[in-house]
Amino acid sequence: MSQDADVLVEIDDVYKHFPIRQGIIFKREVARVHAVDGVSLRIRRGETIGIVGESGCGKSTLARCITGLHPITKGRIVFDGQDISQLRGRQLKPFRRDVQMIFQDPYGSLNPRRRVGAIIGDPFDIHGIASGADRKKRVQELMELVGLNPEHYNRFPAEFSGGQRQRIGIARALALKPKLIVCDEPVSALDVSIQAQVINLLKDLQEELGLTYVFIAHDLSVVRYVSDRVAVMYLGKIAEYAEGEDLYEKPRHPYTNALLSAASIADPDAAERRERIVLTGDVPSPIRPPSGCRFHPRCPKAQPNCVELVPELTARDGDTADHVTACHYPVDPAENLATEEAAIEQLSTEPTLPSA
Amino acid sequence: MSLTDLEAEASVPPASEEPDGRKIEGRSPWQLAWARLRQDKAAMTAIVVIVLLIVMALIAPLIAKWVGYAPDFGDRKLGQTADGLPVGPNGHHPLGTDRLGRDILVRAVYGARISLLVGLVSTLLAVIFGVIIGSAAGYYGGAIDTILARFMDVTLSFPYLLFAIALAAAFGASTPLTIFVITFFSFASIGRIVRGQVLQIKEREFIEAARSLGAGSVRTMFIDVIPNLIAPVTVLGSMTIPTAIIFESTLSFLGAGIDPRTPSWGNMLSDATETYTVAWWTLFIPALFLLITTLAFNILGDAVRDALDPRAERLFAAQKANRKKKRK
Repeated sequence: MSQDADVLVEIDDVYKHFPIRQGIIFKREVARVHAVDGVSLRIRRGETIGIVGESGCGKSTLARCITGLHPITKGRIVFDGQDISQLRGRQLKPFRRDVQMIFQDPYGSLNPRRRVGAIIGDPFDIHGIASGADRKKRVQELMELVGLNPEHYNRFPAEFSGGQRQRIGIARALALKPKLIVCDEPVSALDVSIQAQVINLLKDLQEELGLTYVFIAHDLSVVRYVSDRVAVMYLGKIAEYAEGEDLYEKPRHPYTNALLSAASIADPDAAERRERIVLTGDVPSPIRPPSGCRFHPRCPKAQPNCVELVPELTARDGDTADHVTACHYPVDPAENLATEEAAIEQLSTEPTLPSA
Repeated sequence: MSLTDLEAEASVPPASEEPDGRKIEGRSPWQLAWARLRQDKAAMTAIVVIVLLIVMALIAPLIAKWVGYAPDFGDRKLGQTADGLPVGPNGHHPLGTDRLGRDILVRAVYGARISLLVGLVSTLLAVIFGVIIGSAAGYYGGAIDTILARFMDVTLSFPYLLFAIALAAAFGASTPLTIFVITFFSFASIGRIVRGQVLQIKEREFIEAARSLGAGSVRTMFIDVIPNLIAPVTVLGSMTIPTAIIFESTLSFLGAGIDPRTPSWGNMLSDATETYTVAWWTLFIPALFLLITTLAFNILGDAVRDALDPRAERLFAAQKANRKKKRK
């Protein structure tokens, strides 16, 4: 238990499993999806934590656990000194004021039948903070803050572009002056030119309002630009967690190496020089995750050890205490992963549904 | 006018105006749909026809007065031939008479009252029950969903004509009973579609956004779910009206609907089965009214669906553009 006043959120060994039920009337659980499987993170006030990983690695589920949208299966989430993981329904309402979310899809996250003023003003209504002219004034202030024309108060979401819609979503998230904002891939649905605008807006708002962000994305360069610290997730677990630059300069986990080598580089000469690490197979099914290290069926450095032992997330030799890696055989900076060959037989990892 | 006045006028227009002075207004989806509907000539014709039918039904007593016969008055002198057969259209009876010498025009006009009343009321009831049951099933899920969805399936698999005839035999044919039967057999098809829509809306991100803001389930239901149902339900409703009107006529024709003494189009068709070989107008006139009414409602329903679905309009515009290109 941390008494550190600097820590805003403490995520302690959180599990989130989704049961798969079958049967017509009497449903029984046949399997579970291990979406988040033992994640611990500490988020300090005013910093931005980036979470990266492939689709289906549990990033968005983790985000929804932090915002209280999904009740967690096991573990503890302490927000600002209060354990929120046991709260349900109405008890969560005061907590909702402090944690807000920005959603991925600017087209799906705004109700198409409501005017923008009503959407941004919703939080004031729900929490009984302001109404009537006061509410309108506050909404227009928010619109101005995120760079929208306050005169467009009465328009519908359909009359805005994708970037403007995302600004509406940001204004709605800011309405209650939250302490933490969870951004679930806030720019991945936008054009690249608009992405930069929205990211810069988020950064400016952080400086101005002292916000803490959890920033989820699969675009590594975006995460590098905004994050103080970055966590790499793979199949519901954190593979590596370090300060942003440290992680990008000195990735230790083979999976992080593979991710970074897959990211596009703007300089074509540099892109030609580097060697890509091509992973075999797909992400295995989170219904039956692999034993030991979850990455072993695809890892170029896999050893028999990796199949049996679950690696701990600790600082490895030659790293600072802040740089933790869950790997038995972390990668040396000088090492060339593309030429490595696994010491175990690696079967196909195509995801399959359990046969009933 | 002084120079300063002119200068003031030439100043930059406010942001809510286009440079040419037109005002930019935020138009609601309904205003846009209405604007699209107004472009549709067939739809506007259908609306005019429906309005005329409604006016006709409302002023039925005046029409009866003008013709000079009450709807259930059997005119033995002028309305029947010496052999007791119906007479064709003439100066006294503009559209002829039926086998009892009753004036066809007056009866058809009164029949419009019944048909429209039954059609609109039972559609309204079916929509209300369909939306309540369908959205409860979709929104709450679980056991509630299982029970309600199975109930709707059972209703849809019922042999409705047998059911209606049995009810009419047990309680006697009447207007409320007809409305009940039509509602009972129409709500399930609406409810099923509403359930599907709610399941879809429930997964949209704005529902999650509302939850993350702390909105309760009742608020979410009324502010975020139901307003998004209005468009599909409007379309379903306008498509159900003609079906309900036909349903009423079918029931009346079989003697299981409206009280046979009451003038309704179905009852008139039923009466005509005995005379249509010698007097075509007894069959033709009520059938024509029925055709015009259901056709108008169907066209309107189609047009409403197109108007509420912006994608259809884009397709429409693309077609028009193609046609123009070809002409060039």
